[in-house]
Amino acid sequence: MTDNAKVQITIDGVTYEVNAGSNLLQECLSLGLDLPYFCWHPCMGSVGACRQCAVKQYRNDEDNAGIMTMACMTPVQPGARISIEDPQAKAFRAGVIESLMISHPHDCPVCEEGGECHLQDMTLMSGHNYRRYDKKKVTHRNQYLGPFINHEMNRCITCYRCVRFYNEYAGGEDLSAQASHHFTYFGRHREGTLESEFSGNLVEVCPTGVFTDKVFSESYTRKWDLQTAPSVCAGCGVGCNIAPGERYGELRRVVNRYHDELNGYFICDRGRFGTGYVNDAERLKTPLDGAGNELDADAAGQQLREIAGSAGGTIGSARGTIGIGSPRAGNEANFALRKLVGEENFHTGYSDSEHACMQLIAEAAGDPQFHNPSIREIEQADAVLVLGEDVTNTAPRIALALRQSVRNKALELADGANIPRWQDAAVRELAQQERSPLCILSSGATRLDDVASDRVIDTPSALARNAFELAHRIDSDAPSAEGGSSAEDDIDPLARIADHLLAASRPLIVAGASSGDVDLIKAAINIAGALRKRRGNGASAPVDLCLLTTEVNSMGLHLMTRPKNSLGEALRKLSAGEAANVIVLENDLYRRAPHAQVDAALAAAKASVALDLLPNRTTAKADLVLPVTAFSEQQTSYVNYEGRAQLAYQVHRNHSAARPAWQWTGDFEHFRQALLEGADSIPVFAKLRDVLPDTSSLPGGIKVPRQSERYSGRTAMKANLNVHEPKQAQDPESALAFSMEGVPPLRDATILASTWAPQWNSNQSISKFQDEINGPLRQGHGGTLLLEKRTESGGFFPPPVNGDGAGLELLPAHQIFGSEELSSRSEAIRKRMTGAFVAVAPADAVKHGLKQGQGVRLSVAGDAGGVSVTALTCIRTQTSPGAVALHVGDREIDFHGLGARVELTPAETPHGRGLGELIVSDLAREQGDV
Amino acid sequence: MSTMSGQVIASTALPSDYLSDEEIAEIEHERTLYPDTRAVGLEALKIVQKQRGWVSDESLLAVAEYLGLPVAELEGVATFFNLIYRRPVGKNVILYCNSVSCWIMGCDQVREKVSEELGIEFGETSEDGEFTLIPVPCLGDCDRAPVMMVGPDLHRNLDRQDLGELFSRYRNNQD
Amino acid sequence: MVTNPLTRNIDFSRQPLDLAAYEKSGGYLGLHAIARGLEPADVLDRVKESGLKGRGGAGFPTGLKWSFVPMGEGAPQQKYFVVNADEMEPGTFKDRLLMEGDPHLLIDGMIIASYAIQASKAYIFLRGEYTDSERILRKALAEAYERGYLGKNILDTGFDLDIIMHTSAGRYICGEETALLNALEGKRANPRAKPPFPQVSGLWGKPTIVNNVETICNLPGILAWGIDWYRSLTKGNDHGTKLFGISGKARTPGCWELPLGTPIRELLEVYGGGMRDGLQLKGFLPGGGSTDFMLPEHLDLNLDYDDIAGAGSRLATGTLILLDDKTCPVGMIGNLMTFFSHESCGYCTPCRDGLPWVDEIFREFERGNGTHKDLAILEEHVDYMGPGKTFCALAPGATAPLGSGLRYFREDFERHITEQRCPYKH
Ligand SMILES: Cc1cc2nc3c(=O)[nH]c(=O)nc-3n(C[C@H](O)[C@H](O)[C@H](O)COP(=O)(O)O)c2cc1C
Ligand code: SF4
Ligand code: FES
Repeated sequence: MTDNAKVQITIDGVTYEVNAGSNLLQECLSLGLDLPYFCWHPCMGSVGACRQCAVKQYRNDEDNAGIMTMACMTPVQPGARISIEDPQAKAFRAGVIESLMISHPHDCPVCEEGGECHLQDMTLMSGHNYRRYDKKKVTHRNQYLGPFINHEMNRCITCYRCVRFYNEYAGGEDLSAQASHHFTYFGRHREGTLESEFSGNLVEVCPTGVFTDKVFSESYTRKWDLQTAPSVCAGCGVGCNIAPGERYGELRRVVNRYHDELNGYFICDRGRFGTGYVNDAERLKTPLDGAGNELDADAAGQQLREIAGSAGGTIGSARGTIGIGSPRAGNEANFALRKLVGEENFHTGYSDSEHACMQLIAEAAGDPQFHNPSIREIEQADAVLVLGEDVTNTAPRIALALRQSVRNKALELADGANIPRWQDAAVRELAQQERSPLCILSSGATRLDDVASDRVIDTPSALARNAFELAHRIDSDAPSAEGGSSAEDDIDPLARIADHLLAASRPLIVAGASSGDVDLIKAAINIAGALRKRRGNGASAPVDLCLLTTEVNSMGLHLMTRPKNSLGEALRKLSAGEAANVIVLENDLYRRAPHAQVDAALAAAKASVALDLLPNRTTAKADLVLPVTAFSEQQTSYVNYEGRAQLAYQVHRNHSAARPAWQWTGDFEHFRQALLEGADSIPVFAKLRDVLPDTSSLPGGIKVPRQSERYSGRTAMKANLNVHEPKQAQDPESALAFSMEGVPPLRDATILASTWAPQWNSNQSISKFQDEINGPLRQGHGGTLLLEKRTESGGFFPPPVNGDGAGLELLPAHQIFGSEELSSRSEAIRKRMTGAFVAVAPADAVKHGLKQGQGVRLSVAGDAGGVSVTALTCIRTQTSPGAVALHVGDREIDFHGLGARVELTPAETPHGRGLGELIVSDLAREQGDV
Repeated sequence: MSTMSGQVIASTALPSDYLSDEEIAEIEHERTLYPDTRAVGLEALKIVQKQRGWVSDESLLAVAEYLGLPVAELEGVATFFNLIYRRPVGKNVILYCNSVSCWIMGCDQVREKVSEELGIEFGETSEDGEFTLIPVPCLGDCDRAPVMMVGPDLHRNLDRQDLGELFSRYRNNQD
Repeated sequence: MVTNPLTRNIDFSRQPLDLAAYEKSGGYLGLHAIARGLEPADVLDRVKESGLKGRGGAGFPTGLKWSFVPMGEGAPQQKYFVVNADEMEPGTFKDRLLMEGDPHLLIDGMIIASYAIQASKAYIFLRGEYTDSERILRKALAEAYERGYLGKNILDTGFDLDIIMHTSAGRYICGEETALLNALEGKRANPRAKPPFPQVSGLWGKPTIVNNVETICNLPGILAWGIDWYRSLTKGNDHGTKLFGISGKARTPGCWELPLGTPIRELLEVYGGGMRDGLQLKGFLPGGGSTDFMLPEHLDLNLDYDDIAGAGSRLATGTLILLDDKTCPVGMIGNLMTFFSHESCGYCTPCRDGLPWVDEIFREFERGNGTHKDLAILEEHVDYMGPGKTFCALAPGATAPLGSGLRYFREDFERHITEQRCPYKH
């Protein structure tokens, strides 16, 4: 319910104010009371299956008998009198646990969930401790579910949370409840990789150890032996909050860290399983010279300074050294390089097409007509248009949010039928297939198509024209695109989409930089602008326009860089001799620009320096390579797609010569100074200082521990070397300690390193840190929105001119597993990667003689001597004829060298990975569709 | 499975001619009776089972593919119900009532005779592939207990029947 | 005056009446009244006034149930009517009799009910094993279509109705009305939470009424011969007649239509012929497997909802299962527990995991391994799986014979423990 009315209820004799329209379980938990539960989930609502949350409810003051009721299924009534402590209720709850335990294996010592198991917690809480059942247990066979997830069905307590999350919440189709009565089974129809991009959440959603993290279990550690700090996922531009855990210098796992406005309770599988690269044996550990000889750190630092200063004599001079920043590095590293080479010499490190997109995205972010929605706000949209983005593969957590947005229709219907929104199954039943509109304009299938109301598939250029035309349909002041909608259907899809958007009370337009297509972003802005005009200025709120950035700090990098300082410009300056040296920050330039241009620029440079954490083609060409720390080994801030700056704490130390990049390039002693460098010198970053925690409540130097209170075996960890308790490492850079000493978060600490509360060892303890269920964390701090609105709005963009040409239009095909540079170097992710492929329409495949799974050569249209690339053919029925989508991410592929139009010819099938792990719904069958 | 699908996880590709024309016609008829395809899914399993005796993995995939339903979901439905057979059964399925009224009337003793006659226990199929014996909840003919069904036919007052003769009628009724 | 409106046409020595014969016997009068202008609200009023209570087990007043369906402008257009013909309650064999004996009576009633709630689609959810019922009903449906009693614009009333035969894939839980709806939708037949009730959000989220076969078969008579006639049928407090049955070791087990309020003793002795020679009645379940045991001392009570409730049981389906003194009560209850345990849908904990434990304990008793510890666990489970604790009424149904059995036949349980065997086995 939308109203915030409060009512009074009495629980065990104490009167409380609670939210009207809610249910008793949620309100009891919000009040901090301990009431056990299993099937209820804070953002999946109630179904009443487990019967664990039973309480007594009394009819009136005279009623002493009361009736047993499931708190999660009972609406809060004003004046209600309930009891959690009632002996019958307690006995019943103990009975439920005893039931759940009759076939449970009691294998806690070898179970990965042990120590953070909701079932353990609830067992203790319910007071069941002796197994009376002495009959035969039910046992199950486990399934192989792919490289991410273990399956141990014997531990199942049949709460149905897994399928409710996987199918109903996340839209997965290959997990189901099977069989029945006490043989009920949760699995796939046969063994195989779980297809959903959100499968990892099963680990957290399952209250016991049925679904566990396979990557973690390979180097397993109990939760209480992990050193944990609040961090931010570096997998894409969304900036989900995570809590990575480390032991023995190895990053062991990543779990979700609750953020009420962003990721809530869930992250995607790239974020969860994509950090293995941190532990990679190939990590750069010492500075290297151009010949690959190891250098000592001081000498290397000196060399860097010389290179930076040599060309122009003074650091920061215009004709000196070029700095190329990094969208995957934090602000501080970029600030430091920017300061070192001077603002005018500092360039963005992403591709030129992305650079152009970023200009528009940031421009729109400052436009008072538009609002850049958080994930929670995205979930509130009641009509969505997605323009050219395959969101599941580029900003997965947002795709999950869009999937929730289509449920607004259901919630509205539920309100009308007086069904509480938290009555999950009832709301779904009532609404059936009724969904809020989700309209997708793209050049091929996306992983949200199953919930889309309207699909328009077209070549990139036609798509842009259609989108401009759509804006015109919404408001005639927006310029029309000649040759717009080519559809001759009886129902014009653009008219339908326009109607959806106009009818909505909170419409949302989603586009992004991943396609590198500025026309699409302009069109998105026009559409949002047209909607804004039609909705009337002033009166209504700004229109939600979500323009996605591609990497963890694309936005931060953009904000500190001069508009004309693109990567192309940097390379041009180097090649033209306008600049002598180059310092490349955490960036493989070969992924960003035509290979020939990068080669030429690096060859022309007098000296080149690369700072990075893993070797790549750019480090291979550098005259000086400086090793840097990974995201979990340093403290840094990032700016996400919303312009939200967030602080990621250091989780653990790196014992090699690697340092945070700002330490190599900057003259700061402490992290704080590196951060303030930007905050003080770049106006848009002024508020960045707010991400630093307010430690005033931490008395005199006391810190927040990264290790839990039960961290065990600390003295034994290095017992083979030394039996003395070593002095714990100090962290002068943050309010966190590398030890178990300090103020644990429960007691008033500002920083929530990992959630734990007495009796609540599992992740469900999060409720103890929330204001109220699903509310903000009491610890703060949700990050700081940096972008200010201008006073004047922008106008409409003119449509692109029709540029026909030979060949097929090329666009990038992003993959959640493989397209992001660092995660794709993680072992677990590599198991899910495909070979480089080219998606083509069946008709084009026939035309060019291509066969499913076999080789295809792409070459620059009309340029026989131009770049060519070989990949696997992937014939997809939903691909627009005339368009080809080339998988981006493969290190060898010169995507940017190909240009806008390509020709296809059959080629040798490349070796290596096939298409085996590609999960799409529209793959053409060999004979049937082709 | 087509050659390609071995590589592709999401694909449940089966040759599209797996289902017979007759089955498809029946499935299409069911489609007109229900506003939602999921309902047709369960009906289609029954149709396929009627034709083929049981629902094999291939049948399950074919139905899922034909109706565009997730296989896992259909499997969840198929394994829920008593009368969908996910394992092969004999030519005649014996649904043997072992609920309370039949129990009082001695169905356990008669069942022992059935087992002896056919050489099978509950859940088993006779060696000649003729009979599968399955327990079934109350068949709703309790005043004439014990009862059982052989195929579509109900047999009552089993304690008074010549079981050998009864089964041989089915055995000889070859088509 | 008709005194046996449910079975008056039933004669198993011949084929059931075809449409013409059925009509000639006074069938489809309600439909003709509708064609002459009887309004849906009038039908509802009559059913309410008749005092008809559901015959599916719970005995909920039928008219009241219908009145919860949102009607009028703002209400959802599509509504559904569903007949619960999933009869699988152990010891219950009354709906089969009606469907196979007089199929048009059910169709007649369905038209009336569907019209009252303005449902244009009705489903017969028929037990899959009822192959004869299916054949007979399909034939009758075809006749009704042919005669224009089903289909579009029936008898020019502007009312459309399709009746669709759905044969269940088999599970006792499908008889629970919300599980039934899930099964009809092709889903796993787990029950649904109530509220929302099916009357508001039922089949495919649309207003839906589910009624038992026998309930529906009462409707044609009510419309044809009126409230007063209907109310005059009874001998007791509840109105109308009902099918009552006897299974177990009576001399002449069977099923008969009798006025509500008929004494139990009359049913057993007059109709059932009394116990077989040499056997004594030890107890009986009055309305199928999920009712509490009653004892010989209760024989003088009447077959009325309240009377039976007064003895701590439920009239429910009205089909008595007799326990004689040579049959082991522990074995009988154990048989029921196996049934309930297997038929649990697996959704909620007490039922899914409680029943198998109970069942296992009965197996141990049978093998002579019963203990007092296990007996105490059985006792706990009666309360643990009782009404209000579980998601639907399946497990509470199971606790009815279990709880009353433990109470009434305690001695037999004790003997199993002390003698370490079943004392009834020789
Ligand atoms: C486990 C369970 C099984 C049931 N089985 C049946 C059944 O087979 N037939 C039936 O009519 N009602 C059955 N019921 C009762 C139905 O839920 C529902 O109350 C009934 O169909 C309503 O019809 P009525 O109002 O006409 O009695 C069952 C209930 C439960 C809890
Ligand atoms: S597998 Fe886990 S989450 Fe799923 S139902 Fe079982 S216990 Fe619940
Ligand atoms: S949490 Fe309330 S029944 Fe499961």
